[in-house]
Amino acid sequence: MKFENIQQQAQREWEAFNRLERPRILIGAVTCGRAAGALSVRAAFEKELATRSIAADFYEVGCLGMCYAEPLVEIGLPDGQRVMYNNVTEKMVADLVEDVIENGNPRPDLALATLGDAAIEGIPDVSNLPMMEGQVRIILRNAGLIDPTNVHHYVARGGYSGLARALGMMPEEVIKEVKNSGLRGRGGAGFPTGIKWEFARRTQNNTKYVICNADEGDPGAFMDRAVLESDPHAVLEGLTIAAYAIDASQGFIYIRAEYPLAVERLNLAIRQMEELKFLGENIMGTDFNFSIRIKEGAGAFVCGEETALIASIEGRRGMPSSRPPFPSDCGLHGKPTIINNVETLANVSEILNRGAEWFTRYGTEKSRGTKTFALAGKINRTGLIEVPLGITLKDIIFNIGGGIPDGKKFKAVQTGGPSGGCLPEELIELPVNYEELTKAGSIMGSGGMIVMDEDSCMVDIARYFLEFTHKESCGKCTPCRMGSQHLLRMLTEITEGKGTPGHIDTLVKLGETVKSGSLCGLGQTAPNPVLTTVRYFRKEYLSHITDSRCPAGVCQELITYSINENCTGCRVCLRACPADAITGEKKELHVIDPDKCTRCGTCMDVCKFDAVVIS
Amino acid sequence: MAIREITKQDIRGILKEHEQHRDSLIPILQGIQKKLGYISEEAVEVISSHLNISENDIYGVVTFYTQFRFTCPGDHILKVCQGTACHVRGCKRIMNEATKYLGISPGETTSDYKFSLDSVACFGSCALSPVVVIDNTVHGRMSAQKIKRLLKAIE
Repeated sequence: MKFENIQQQAQREWEAFNRLERPRILIGAVTCGRAAGALSVRAAFEKELATRSIAADFYEVGCLGMCYAEPLVEIGLPDGQRVMYNNVTEKMVADLVEDVIENGNPRPDLALATLGDAAIEGIPDVSNLPMMEGQVRIILRNAGLIDPTNVHHYVARGGYSGLARALGMMPEEVIKEVKNSGLRGRGGAGFPTGIKWEFARRTQNNTKYVICNADEGDPGAFMDRAVLESDPHAVLEGLTIAAYAIDASQGFIYIRAEYPLAVERLNLAIRQMEELKFLGENIMGTDFNFSIRIKEGAGAFVCGEETALIASIEGRRGMPSSRPPFPSDCGLHGKPTIINNVETLANVSEILNRGAEWFTRYGTEKSRGTKTFALAGKINRTGLIEVPLGITLKDIIFNIGGGIPDGKKFKAVQTGGPSGGCLPEELIELPVNYEELTKAGSIMGSGGMIVMDEDSCMVDIARYFLEFTHKESCGKCTPCRMGSQHLLRMLTEITEGKGTPGHIDTLVKLGETVKSGSLCGLGQTAPNPVLTTVRYFRKEYLSHITDSRCPAGVCQELITYSINENCTGCRVCLRACPADAITGEKKELHVIDPDKCTRCGTCMDVCKFDAVVIS
Repeated sequence: MAIREITKQDIRGILKEHEQHRDSLIPILQGIQKKLGYISEEAVEVISSHLNISENDIYGVVTFYTQFRFTCPGDHILKVCQGTACHVRGCKRIMNEATKYLGISPGETTSDYKFSLDSVACFGSCALSPVVVIDNTVHGRMSAQKIKRLLKAIE
């Protein structure tokens, strides 16, 4: 079938999808929605509709990014009313079916936003939600809007037009287009994508490979998972374009085994591509041949590094090797190989569709386009967002993310995962781009943003990341293997109140040594969480060392739990305490015995009167 | 429930699904673990002669990646996420509660092979932190109380 015919068919299908003849229910059901209970909500809807003999269509869609509001359900009616409901529970389903579907009452009290053209009083349009305003969605252009298992939905919204255009150009022209767009690698380091491709193109070899790096290993990051689950074709199209540009005939997707749904979606999408001749031999009637295979990772953070990833695909221990030679000269099985991140490739397909000039409208001069960020931690609106590069941290955290919950104070934001750093309140106006973040001691990384409030201890956070990198260090370079171990030991000592004033200087000195003496990105950036917290939160380190005090009340050895006069003597904490450390008569103030207390925090969790305090 | 076993025939079935090439080593190991739940000594022997890679070399690979285990897991695997967002929101208490309730440490299996407890670096469901995963179902917005109820319900 010709591409025009596929497009026409896709258009018809997309129109039919949006021309509702009976109620249509869209449920956000990727991993995060499912974790919040989307599938049981779906089952409740099906049951309720069956009891009332109402026929309706169900679709599981991708991630709109508003994870704080999950499960999200959009109910569309034939009259054009399309309303999204947030935090839907099984209990709400009967009301929604009766009021919204049977009686046409949109229930503004339960609604989050309207979609489509029909405005409803009392419900804002989705684009006017504070979380959505200020976002520019290029990578997430289809997420939450299309059925990710239906390739026609993707095609109808401009999908594979980029590939069709690329195949009509010379490979050099495709590379030039990507170069002109200014796109930089979204995996973290920000190397210009077009230049990487050019290197691989120039290397003469009969066999070349392209690899999509979907080994999203940063704890606190889930951008790639959401993109792959919500819009897998966007990434696969980008990979195919990359293969054409450098003349590769085999591609791989190296994906974490922890993402089973993403693997399932990719497998399905690859089959669909083969059926439509977007993969295989003579793609779209040209002489370009290409196929894609999925390789599941086996759980090693260091495999996000290019040379380690290649070693892993080759069935070896995922240990990095020194560069040069770079993979673009000598990569998988010694052949020229390019490795691009999920998000980079999702950008490529749209850049080829809309042109480099369009892409350069977004972002700053040196950091073009948009970036997705995973907002999590102590923030009101957790979720996945996409913003133009250059936006300030403040805009992201307070305008889009809605600030800090429970009236607490913002303390720091951690960007870049274990390779990044903690940025304090003074830097809240910092524009988010590759250069500024590096200057501040952090990195852009793949896009995790963990927000911390006054209850988060910066020494504890640094210790947490070092525990992670220490465990994940492959052990090849001594500074990384031994350095991370000693950094962790010193940080642990500080959190246990055993630190000395000399610890801080040693941390900084050793951190610099690890950075300069390691082969790959893991070691080169592992000390960043320590170095930034020492730089911006030295006082907090000193409190631990000189006053044996954890100001945030986190480090167990340095805190004591006590019960204040809010106590009603309800005995709930007394019964819950696993150490039998709480005594007190009924309706009388309870007391915690500090010698017996294991500081597990159970009493604080169960107390309904905020009577348990940390000092 | 007892320790699961795998026949040589099963192993050969898995070998047949993959090319006879070093690149297939990790996918084969993943296939074995999927079927058996762990990597057995016998499996390593068979793979070694099939792919012509030394057993030492295979052990090197298996121990490098956190996914693989050498002991039979329980009927249910509880994984407690240790990601950054989960850490900030108190996953430590959930892990403490789980270890106390099951009486085992992370990486271990109860003596009746009912539960295994693991810690995992990140599940990518950070917005719903803290998160645990029981037998591939993700449970978000966890608390020390909820985990106890969840485990009780499975028992």
